Amino acid sequence: MAQKSKIRARAAALAADFEAAGAVPVETPILLPADALLDLYGEDIRGRAYVTSDALRGEQMLRPDFTVPVVQMHMAHGAEPARYTYAGEVFRRQEDDPARANEYMQVGYEVFDRENPAASDAEVFAVMQDALKGVELRASTGDIGILAAAVAGLETTERRKRALARHIWRPRRFKALLDRFAGRSEVPASRAALLAADDPMAHGFTDIGLRSQAEVAARIEALREDAAAPPISPLQVELIEALLNVRETLPNALEHIRDLAVDMSAISGAARRLRERMEALDARGVDVESLEFEASYGRTSMEYYDGFVFGFYVPDRADLPAVATGGRYDALTQVLGQGREIPAVGGVIRPGVLVDLEDAA
Amino acid sequence: MSIKLGVPSKGRLMEKTFDWFGARGVQLSRTGSDREYAGAVEGVEGVELVLLSAGEIPRELAAGRIHLGVTGTDLVREKLGQWEQQVAELALLGFGHADLIIAVPGCWADVDTLDDLDAAASAFREAHGFRMRIATKYHRLVREFLRDNGVADYQLVDSQGATEGTIKNMTAEGVADITSTGDTLRANHLKILSDALVLKSQATLFKSRKAAMTDEERATMKALLRTLELDG
Repeated sequence: MAQKSKIRARAAALAADFEAAGAVPVETPILLPADALLDLYGEDIRGRAYVTSDALRGEQMLRPDFTVPVVQMHMAHGAEPARYTYAGEVFRRQEDDPARANEYMQVGYEVFDRENPAASDAEVFAVMQDALKGVELRASTGDIGILAAAVAGLETTERRKRALARHIWRPRRFKALLDRFAGRSEVPASRAALLAADDPMAHGFTDIGLRSQAEVAARIEALREDAAAPPISPLQVELIEALLNVRETLPNALEHIRDLAVDMSAISGAARRLRERMEALDARGVDVESLEFEASYGRTSMEYYDGFVFGFYVPDRADLPAVATGGRYDALTQVLGQGREIPAVGGVIRPGVLVDLEDAA
Repeated sequence: MSIKLGVPSKGRLMEKTFDWFGARGVQLSRTGSDREYAGAVEGVEGVELVLLSAGEIPRELAAGRIHLGVTGTDLVREKLGQWEQQVAELALLGFGHADLIIAVPGCWADVDTLDDLDAAASAFREAHGFRMRIATKYHRLVREFLRDNGVADYQLVDSQGATEGTIKNMTAEGVADITSTGDTLRANHLKILSDALVLKSQATLFKSRKAAMTDEERATMKALLRTLELDG
């Protein structure tokens, strides 16, 4: 395939750019043990990744992305700070759209550095932008950390905050929970009946399965506590909704978020980090005045980004996948680090999309 | 050559299918011994009966190896990606009704809705260190359903039969399975979640969009559909 060799050449050129920016080239296996990926992403990954197995090693996945194996490699024997680049195929099941590729190249740049997160965020974004110079693209940015901080700062029970934080990446469930905790939606009839019952544990069913009756009783107790807790105030809900709707150029978004922080002091730290990132981007020569910022950006992607998020898109071509995407994933290093952690941020470019664009031009 | 009609090779589904065609003037029957999977078609020329496992009929339709096939909507949607582009629904046959549902132990007094299931899954994972297991053979349908409804912290485990028994055997915490009356679920101490109807299924006559036809076969198809009083 002539196309494939073209894409390989383009990938090599991008990897060379990333090496020149200070990254060490690394390789990862194509077949990855399935358990780590499954534990991390849950069932969704099975819908996206090819799973295969043998009798000796059990379930293996065809590499759906590089981030997990690169983080595992770094946590096992990487020195700090570190910058890595890689280039190779990833594999994604596409069962609903035959036009979407199920095998494509990714070229990545990842930074593991404790020193200055704002500078690392800006570095990854700027390195990507430089590598894409000459291609007309629209960049979107966001910050999952701001919404996470807003949720953590709500004046309500810890249990509600945990439930909301768990569903930041599932906007529909997040909204349904927020509505319920704010008393804006009706309590389901079965829940009301359960709460009204004198002895809900007298259900008459045989006790079967691994989930014990003590666990059932504990959840009923939690539901009772929740029913007794006051609703989240309308003002707080409005502030969260206003935050979710922020979609402006970065400097305007920052102003807007600082205004919201007057009533929502929990996000002032995250707002400060946003300002520091903006300054770091500016220092890197990124045109921040026209850079888009969207507070909800990145909420429907896989749930490992927990701070800065970005993507580069072909303008007016919603049919094409993003040319590049990336973000910060500090929590992922904690999950995979077995007791160790390091702040990390990275991004990938899809050279195949670039080659298609250049062929069409 | 002839038009190939795939029909489930066993049990009530086969008998009811034979009845449905019979009532419309097309006699289907098994030939040879009880154990031989061969069949005959009377009432229309040029149609061949192919007896297959109901679970294989979607694949055979998609591959174009049979022109028509009777199977459940559930199997077509589970096994075929973009099913509408591979097969067309010609007629709902009015039997083989079954709902794909999610059920949990009846002793879970705190769980009635998907919202409860999600919260229970979160607590379960914290307590047991792994994701709540749901046993099913309908992986695609159930995964899509749970994703659309924002349920997290679960995993699907494969169960190709006796799925209701997995909970008692401690290999799953919940099940997603086909039920018509709910009797088997009740007998196994399970209850159906009130808002988790994944799919309503019934026996359906499908036409392959992938099977090639000669002019002669096209004429046969037309004649058959006219006899059955269907639009093809």
